[in-house]
Amino acid sequence: MSGIHHRFSPGQRVLHWLIAICIIAMLFIGVGMVSTITPIHLALISLHKPLGIAILVLALIRLVLRVRHGAPALPADLPEPMKLAAHLSHLAFYLLMIGMPLIGWGMLSAAGYPIVLFGGVHLPAILPQSDGLHALLWDAHFYLAFAFFALILLHVAAALFHALVRRDGVFDTMAPGPTHD
Amino acid sequence: MSPSPRPASLGPLVLIAAVVGVGAAAFAYTAGWFSPQRLTPDKLVDALAPPGGPALGHRRNHAKGICFTGMFEANDAGTALSKAMVFVKGQYPVLGRFNLATPAPGAADATVRVRGLGLQISTPDGQEWRSAMIDAPFFPVATPQAFYELLTASGSKAPDAMKNFVAAHPELGNFGAWAKSAPWTGSYAEERFNSLNSFVFADASGTDHVVRWSLLPVAQPAAVPPEDLAKRDPDFLEQEITQRVGSGPQRWTMVVTLANPGDQTADPSKAWPDDRKTVEVGTLTVDKIEAEADGPCRDVNFDPTVLPAGIHTSDDPFPAARSAAYAKSFDRRTAEADDYPRTVPGAKP
Repeated sequence: MSGIHHRFSPGQRVLHWLIAICIIAMLFIGVGMVSTITPIHLALISLHKPLGIAILVLALIRLVLRVRHGAPALPADLPEPMKLAAHLSHLAFYLLMIGMPLIGWGMLSAAGYPIVLFGGVHLPAILPQSDGLHALLWDAHFYLAFAFFALILLHVAAALFHALVRRDGVFDTMAPGPTHD
Repeated sequence: MSPSPRPASLGPLVLIAAVVGVGAAAFAYTAGWFSPQRLTPDKLVDALAPPGGPALGHRRNHAKGICFTGMFEANDAGTALSKAMVFVKGQYPVLGRFNLATPAPGAADATVRVRGLGLQISTPDGQEWRSAMIDAPFFPVATPQAFYELLTASGSKAPDAMKNFVAAHPELGNFGAWAKSAPWTGSYAEERFNSLNSFVFADASGTDHVVRWSLLPVAQPAAVPPEDLAKRDPDFLEQEITQRVGSGPQRWTMVVTLANPGDQTADPSKAWPDDRKTVEVGTLTVDKIEAEADGPCRDVNFDPTVLPAGIHTSDDPFPAARSAAYAKSFDRRTAEADDYPRTVPGAKP
């Protein structure tokens, strides 16, 4: 961390909201594509892969900004368990944002599927073909997706609680729009 | 500032609960949890299982098969139809699988009417073309939904289930007639295999061509009465192709058939008229056979939507449905690998 900030830096805020839109779209695309056999299945899968890689790239940039700029301090009067929950949830978000695309990429690699981003653009396999690895990563990708969505709901609830009930300025640290203070 | 929500400020809490509730409900809706009628990959794959349940570790359909490797030699003629490298004059490595359309990996070869061929051609540009073909000239039914209903009806104990299905899907009669009258052969090498589904070839000028394709055997087919096949070894097809390829490579000509404007392209239960333009695009050569348990095709999903740039899906709804179902079958069997042991310890897939 470098000094005291009242808000995340503009770059961090832009990335937060951009990634938020991508991840929520991604999770809906994911549960939708595995629940239908209509041609929508193919359309959603062809979105899922490039969007996943986009999230991976954006999340890595965000991680660099976080390390460089840090995060504003939480309110001093926030109860310790809530502070701990906030820190752990942020850690979980970074692990999932970076881990889920890698797990998906690894799962496709272990299955021996070509990893098509768009048109003729392919990514290389990052794991050898293996039924055991595929089964493990498939389970991880599937169950972590639901955990990810649950974490997002919790995060939204907490953000709104800070904004509407506690009114302690935590929401404003990540709110879109220019800095007022 | 201290957090002191007054009793009057219940509104924000209700709002928060509503946002979370609507979010969760939208997610559940997208996942199909409120739509029991939605045909999911799970339901389709479940419907393929025989009465005793699926054979764990195996493909959920076309479960009996044997691996082959070889090459595809393109003659350049296909470049007029598609910009995919696979049609540019040259030789490209092939991995494939001869198979039988049964969910039972132990089925006797003479008991299965439909034979299939899975194919994966790789080109140096990193692209792959996967295809799964069968020897029938058309599919039993017109839509994936009808195929699911066929599976459900044929597995149903209700006395009129099949009768009602046939009445609603007269196209099944064509398939029944084919199954009854088409000659059986004693070899995978004598079978013609057909894509059935239509796909779109995009050429270098950006023009699309709706096509189906077939592999025509170079070997002369010899009809064998099914009652004679029934007297052969339960694995006679696998034994025969192993011996045959052992004594010399076996070949098929790949023929692409072009739809005329106005042809039915979305319904694989309807064959196109015989006078449609065809183009021979190359030759498949099979020069090695390997048992599936340790063979290179074991862990390959012959998903017909794995296509190189220059080929894409058409308005035929089957490739999407097959892709979804094959992936589900693949997900399940890779998790059940212990139930289908490799015979060589530590063998690579």
